[in-house]
This record gives sequence, C-alpha cells and structure tokens, in this order.
Amino acid sequence: MAAVSHEAHGHNDHGHHHEESFVSKYIFSHDHKMIGKQFLITAVFMGVVAMLLSILFRIQLAWPGESSDFLSFFLGEQWAPEGVLSEDMYLGLVTIHGTIMVFFLLTGGLSGTFSNILIPLQLGARDMASGFLNMLSYWFFALSSLLMFSSLFIESGPAMAGWTIYPPLSALPQAISGSGLGMTLWLFSMVIFIAGSLIGSLNYIVTVLNLRTKGMTMTRMPLTVWAFFVTAILGVLSFPVLLSGSLLLVMDRLAGTSFYLSDIIVGGEMLTNTGGSPILFQHLFWFLGHPEVYIVLLPALGLSSEIISTNSRKPIFGYRAMIGSILAIGFLSFIVWGHHMFVTGMNPFLGSVFVFTTLLIAIPSAVKVFNYITTLWRGSIVFTPAMLFAIGLVSTFITGGVTGIILADSALDITTHDTYFVVAHFHIVMGMSAVLGMFAGVYHWFPKMYGRMMNTRLGFVHFWITLIGAYGVFFPMHFVGLAGAPRRYYDYSVYANFDGDSYAMIMDLNVIVTMFAIFAALGQLLFLFNFFYSIYRGPRSVQNPWKSNTLEWTTPVEHIHGNWPGELPTVHRWPYDYSKPGAEDDFIPQNVPLADGEEEH
Amino acid sequence: MVTKLITLGVIVLGVIALAQLMRIYELTSKLRKTGEHEISNRDNKINAKLWVAFMVFLYAGFFWLMLEYGWTGRGDAASVHGANLDWLLNLNFVIIIAVFFLTNTLLFMFSYKYVKEPGVKAFYYPHNNKLEMLWTVVPACVLAVIIILGLQSWTDATGKSKPEAIRVELFSKQFDWTARYSGEDNTLGRHDYKLTNDENNPLGLLTAETIKSAIENMEASMDAIESELNNDSIMMVPKDRASKETDLSRKSRLIRLLHQMEGRHDAKNDNQVYDDVIQTDTLYLCKGKEYEFNFRSKDVIHSAYFPHFRAQINTVPGMVTRFKFIPSKTTAEMRVERMQEDFNFILMCNKICGGAHYKMKMMVVVMEEEDYNNWWDAKKKMTFRSTFFASDDSETASGEESMTSTDSNALVDSTATAMN
Repeated sequence: MAAVSHEAHGHNDHGHHHEESFVSKYIFSHDHKMIGKQFLITAVFMGVVAMLLSILFRIQLAWPGESSDFLSFFLGEQWAPEGVLSEDMYLGLVTIHGTIMVFFLLTGGLSGTFSNILIPLQLGARDMASGFLNMLSYWFFALSSLLMFSSLFIESGPAMAGWTIYPPLSALPQAISGSGLGMTLWLFSMVIFIAGSLIGSLNYIVTVLNLRTKGMTMTRMPLTVWAFFVTAILGVLSFPVLLSGSLLLVMDRLAGTSFYLSDIIVGGEMLTNTGGSPILFQHLFWFLGHPEVYIVLLPALGLSSEIISTNSRKPIFGYRAMIGSILAIGFLSFIVWGHHMFVTGMNPFLGSVFVFTTLLIAIPSAVKVFNYITTLWRGSIVFTPAMLFAIGLVSTFITGGVTGIILADSALDITTHDTYFVVAHFHIVMGMSAVLGMFAGVYHWFPKMYGRMMNTRLGFVHFWITLIGAYGVFFPMHFVGLAGAPRRYYDYSVYANFDGDSYAMIMDLNVIVTMFAIFAALGQLLFLFNFFYSIYRGPRSVQNPWKSNTLEWTTPVEHIHGNWPGELPTVHRWPYDYSKPGAEDDFIPQNVPLADGEEEH
Repeated sequence: MVTKLITLGVIVLGVIALAQLMRIYELTSKLRKTGEHEISNRDNKINAKLWVAFMVFLYAGFFWLMLEYGWTGRGDAASVHGANLDWLLNLNFVIIIAVFFLTNTLLFMFSYKYVKEPGVKAFYYPHNNKLEMLWTVVPACVLAVIIILGLQSWTDATGKSKPEAIRVELFSKQFDWTARYSGEDNTLGRHDYKLTNDENNPLGLLTAETIKSAIENMEASMDAIESELNNDSIMMVPKDRASKETDLSRKSRLIRLLHQMEGRHDAKNDNQVYDDVIQTDTLYLCKGKEYEFNFRSKDVIHSAYFPHFRAQINTVPGMVTRFKFIPSKTTAEMRVERMQEDFNFILMCNKICGGAHYKMKMMVVVMEEEDYNNWWDAKKKMTFRSTFFASDDSETASGEESMTSTDSNALVDSTATAMN
C-alpha cells in the first residue's frame, strides 16, 4: 500500500510533500534507504565490537599468561586479573565474537543493509512492499544487538558455550558461569533477532515478486537481487528452526523440561532430567546453521557479481548459469547440515549421505568461480576500491572453498574436526569472503547511500591491508590445525606435556597470527575514518559514478521519497550490456530501449 | 615485553605515516580537480601490479609455511586406519592445492593483464555453453572420485569391530578422563548414572550392591537435609530453605527410581561389572590389538580426540558413543620416529566443556604385547570388586591407588632401552 500511495503523489512536486520531523526521518523511518543505512551503521558498530573481542583473545593466544595493559584496560580486574585473561572470559569472548560476526554483522548487517537499499532501487520500486514491517525489522535488529552487547557487561559474564551453544553446557549454569544470565540474554537476543530477520525476509520476497517495474522480468534482474531473493527464502525456511530449537533450550533452562538433557550429574548435583538428546539440538541448530553460511555468503557473491561486471566493463559471464548456481546452492544448503555432526555420535550411515550432498555444493561453487574469472578475461578492468574487494572475495572464496572439500569428507573430518583447520576454513570462505563482499558493497554504493564519494586512495590502502592481514591471520591457521591443535583452547600448554615440537610450532604460528590480526584491525581504522568522514565531508557524487547499467543509478543523487521523480523507469534489457558491439558507450542502462536491429542478450 | 614494545612502535609509526599520507593526498587531489569516481590510469596500473605482488607474497607465504611447518604437526598416523586416512588426506591435498594455484593464478594474472588500457574496449562475451559445461563436468568427475574414496575409508573406520576386540570404556567429566577395561570376560558391565558416587562408584556401575549402596547414600543425605530443615535452632534465609526443599524433592524422585531399579534388577550379570578394571591418569594400549572404545559423559558434551591415532568421537550425556582403532606404533617407536625423548600419545577433549576445557587430557601409552601383558597381569587384579568392597578400608584403597599410579613410564623406558 505504501508503494501505491507514493505513486499517487509521485506525480506532484516532490520538494515539500513530506515535512518530516527528525524522528520520522532518521529514527522511525519507513524509507528503505534510511533503514538500510540504519542497518549498516548498527552493523559497523557491532562489527567493531566483535573485532575488538577477537584481538583480546588473540593476545592471550599469542602470549599466554603474560600480563597485558590492553586486556586489563578493557576487561578490568574481574575478567583479566593482573592483566591476564580469565579462562571463563576467554570462552565468553570467543562466543560473543562468533555470534556477533555471524548473525549481527554478516546476516543483519550485510543482507539487511544491501537488501534494503538495493532491492527497491534495482527493481524500480518506490519502496519495500511494507515500509512499516521494514522499520519493525530494523528495530528488532537494533534491540537484539543491544541485548547481545549488554550481555558483555553482566556480573556472571556473557554466554560462554561457543556460538553454537550446544547444550548441556549452555543449559547448566553449574557447568560454566556464562550459562546463567549471559545465556538467557543470548537466547532472548537471538529470538528477537530471528523475529526481525523473518519480517525483513518476508518483505524482501514479497517486494521482489510483486514490485518489479514494467519490463523487469525475473531474468532481467541483476544478480544482486537474485542473491538477496534466494537469501531471504533461505532465511524464512531455516531461521524458524533455530527459533524452535532455542525455545526448547529456554524451556530446558527455565521450565525443567528434558528436551536436550539426560542422565546428568553436574557440580555434584544429580539432575532428574532423562530421555532428552543433546544431538537433537545440534540437528535443529545446524538445520539453520548451514543455510546460514549461504545467507551470509550469497549476498556477498551477488554484490561482487555486479561490481566485477561493472568494473570489467564486460557482461557477467554465464548470467543464467549464475542464477542456476545460486538456486542450486540455496537448495543444497538445506540437505547438508549433518556435515557439522560427523563425529557427534550420529549414525555413520547418515554421515555418508551428508558427505555426498555436501560435496555436490562444490559444483555450483566452482561454476561461480570460473564465471567470475572468465568475466575478468579480456575485460577493461577499472580498479575502484569496490572492484579490489570483489576480486579479493573471489580469491578467498577459492582458498577457503577448497579446504571445505577436506572437511566435507567425513573420513578426513575425523582428524580435522574442531581443530584450527576448521577455524581457518570457515573464516576464509565465509568470514573473509562476506566481509570483503560487504566492504565492496559499501565502497560501490556509498555514493547512492550518502550522495558523496569515499576517498579512493584510502580505500586502496584499506583494501591491501585487509587482504594481506586477513590471509596472514587465517592462512597459518591451517597449519596449526594440521598439527592437531583443537579450537577454543585457552592456551596450548597441554602440548608441553606430550609433544614439545608441536608446541613450539603452535606458539610460533600463534604469534604470527596475532601480529597480522592486530595489523588488519588497525587497517580497519582507515575504513572507519574514511566512512564517517565521507558521510559529512566527502566530495559530492555524480549520478552514475561507475557508469553502471542498473536502475539505482537513474535516480537523483538527492534521496527522495519514492525514489524516482515522475514515472518509474521501464526496463528494456538485461543489466549487463557492457561494451556491447555497435553501441557508442561501453554501457547501456537497463531503461534504454533497444536500438533498431539490436538484439537483446 | 620486547615484542610488545616493537608492536607498539610499529603501530604508532604506522598511524603517523598514514595520517601524513592522507594530508598529502587531500592537497594533491584538490590540485588535480578530478572526481573520486575517476580512477586514474596510474592508480589502475599500480593496483594491477599489486595483484601480482600479492600473488607472490601469498605463494611465498604458502611455500614458507609448507617447508617450515607443513610436514611436522602430528607426525605420521599411529593407527592402522589412520595411515589410510593420511594417504587420503594427502591425495585430497594434492587436488585442492592444484586447484588453489590454478584458479588463484588465473584470477590474479587476469586482474593484472586486463587492466584498462585507454582506447581498448572490453570483449563482449556473455556466455559459452561448452566452457560452462566443461567446468561443471570436470569438477563433478573429480568430486566423484573424492566421494567414493572418502566413503570407503569412512565405512572402514566406523564399521563394527571384531568380536575379540578389547573393550574399553572412556568416561568423561569436567575436566578429566577415566578408563574402564572390560576385564577377564571382555564385556563391559552395565551402568546407570543414578548410582554414581565419587567415593566408591565414580562411573555409576550397576550391580545389586551398588544399588543398595546408592539407596543408603541417598537416604542418608535426605535425612541430613530433612533434619536441617526441621531443626528450629538453625536460622535459614528463605532462599536457602527453598533450594534445600527443591533438592529434597529431587532426591525423593531419584530414590523412588532407585527403588524401582532395585526391584527389577537381576544380579545374574553382576560379574560382568565386578571384573571390570578402572584406570585413571594414563590409558595403556597394546600395539597391534584392536580396541573397541565406548564413550560416556557425566555432565556436558566432551569429545574424545586422539590426534595421533586419527580418531575422534563426541561423548554425549545420556548415550553411549563408540569408536575402534588398532594402535600400530608403540610410544617408544614414536619417540624414535619423532626424535623426541618425552613424546607421548594423548587423549584430549575437543569439545568446549567449561573453563578448564583446555586442560582436560589423558596420557596414552602404547606398548609391545609382552610389556602390555606384564602390565595387565598386575592391573587386572584391581577389579571393581576389589575397590568397591574395600572402600571402607581406606588404607587398602590408597595402597592400590599408589600402585596404579606407579607410572608405567618405567615400562615404556624399559622397552625403549630394549629397542636400542
């Protein structure tokens, strides 16, 4: 309805049809562009928090037991007595780092920001299908972020059971202090987060299906929108499962039920719970958890498709195959969750089935990689900061992706499960790829969001620091993992008891990793400076700075309600007519009609 | 301390340098009067070259890590199936490292080669079905090989063990491991968590006598709570009182279950329990013998991770998990192979289980058959029967305790000397 009413007065003059108050413009805004920016700023804040947490525990891993002023400054006497991180808080930091990165930065931040900004703009819609629900989805996100953040400051500490919160550890406050109030806050935060995410996703799906402008068929949609669309479907189908899993855990914790608890004696107390199964929780968790990987990754791949095509001045290679692989990845992501559970005591035969389905995902992923590479081939590449980040994404997608083949192979997973090899794998393929994709998106669409340009040179420096830093952090971790080092260990002193050589190697590499982590984290200060400085002081943007084909660049630089003054644009062609033979310019926007005798792609 | 000072120095200098660069840049771009969206040819070329430089950095880093740390780590597998898994792992590595180099090189070199040249237009090349078919089919074929080989190894590794495999239970709790050997009959006796008692039955083993003892203990502790609650001379905060009442009601539920258990129990198989042998601190295994391990957990999920035997399985409260392997190298052999005199096999916890998770471990010693038999002949006398019924007599118990912990490193050392 909102879209219709905008349409109605879209034909009138635009300058003064909404005298908006500060609150309705910046806080409880219904405008998708503002909501997207709200998501982005919140996610940037949460991202900085999560990054800082990782630096704190990386210091402990590199220099275990050494007093650090940095640690005592942030954690105080309770959690870092005499500047040495406490065992419990180490796990708390690891847990909250993972949770924020996966859910708040890369789900809420990435898909929330760019789905909001780009879906209506690239489809030629006045706004989202429901502006009110869209606003609600942001405020749920903001509230859940606040709850998660606040859990860092309570007396018994934040949740400490790992971001996967496997019960019984997460269900029993006797087992670890973070499973008290910290875990309760974690669960409530996630329940609200999921509600917000569902509302948002439904809105995206409805918008894509119903609000495409004239001529915008599904097969003329930019790959970004395809990615957001499939991501939203994945979210709608999988997040409710995590919600129910979490609610059962809440019941076990508060109402004395035994969904996940059975035959437990903890802290000298014999519990009466019987008949539950912790493995049930893992099934429910990973039924979300694996699609979640693609909820994080697909938007990043969508953004990079668009950016690589634009800046290679070439059509994306194999447009239909790209859509096909997005759909295939989306479908397969629902039948592979068991590969997280090969060694949990799940029936080994079931494991075999998951090996098969999981390795199938490598095929559409390989197609995507080769298509990106072929898009670069004989292009005329312009290295904007966004383009650098997008190519970086393809590199990390490859590097992290290939190790997935080893982890998906149940026989090999026996020895690599829960070691640093896994940490290296998913940080590169999911963490780095998605973060690089997110940066690419921010640099590319910053002019659309704020009407100003970010500084490109700072962008270059930021990119190279980030790429080198990220590889420097996560590449050596493979070797730590192959030495057998388990993840989530507070320190590796146990190795001193049985294998001095491995111990020396792990300690060497841990120092290298931490050095690179600090280097990469400092590099992000450049981004933060550039980002906030450019919002207020950056040079004004032109309407179509990257000479791009998609519809968002046909809107005026100044944001207006309803996006386009006057009529909505009509689409005549696919979005990738770059360097088309016979055309004068090396790009033809989607709203340009076909010339005489010109064939559509 | 020195490292930290250096770090700090690097940080400070870096920040100052960047701030200066930024200022210079702002001044020059004002002079140039070009928009931020126009990437100059020079910048484009620099970034193109940086891709090559980065590629060199990445590959050099890779080779350095491989040479320095690539083939150390856990060392060669010390179990029969582990050797097979290592072979498979190496095969997979050959494939993925090839793919890693091929695709990354193409990506970086194309980025370098096809950087914008003024006046050169990009090649309009939207699709090519043959090519796309090629890179769908080739990965699919390679993956088929990987899947088939992987599933064969997986079925072997997780399949049933032979009937004569030695049965050992590993019991996990925050934050240690306890082993239970199945004794003369090679059958692990039954268990129930409600019978667990740190004094005389830490693993909750199930016999008529352990049930009786558990009931007695439970009654005693309930009496203690009741008398405390009914004692008017004790002042109690309402919160404490409430928690004691909850405790009491839970215990009354448990004792009802214990009585039911007592009623149903058939003492026929109690001997399966009584000849079991409990072993703490160190797990002793015999080279070349197949072991069938059962795993249990008392409190939260742990993971039994034997890095050198390439074996891992979670221990889950409320259920029994299993794994089998055949140790193929003794500790002494492994010490020679790894050129470390104090090397040991280990069992670690590999699932986050609480604050001291990282310290939860058990030493594992693998011996030649002869040494193992010597050890076992002494050990097998310390059955559950002897410890359970002797627990009143604390002197005997502690005497046995010290015998168990006479570190059989002596045994290992003797084998090591024998080998030399």
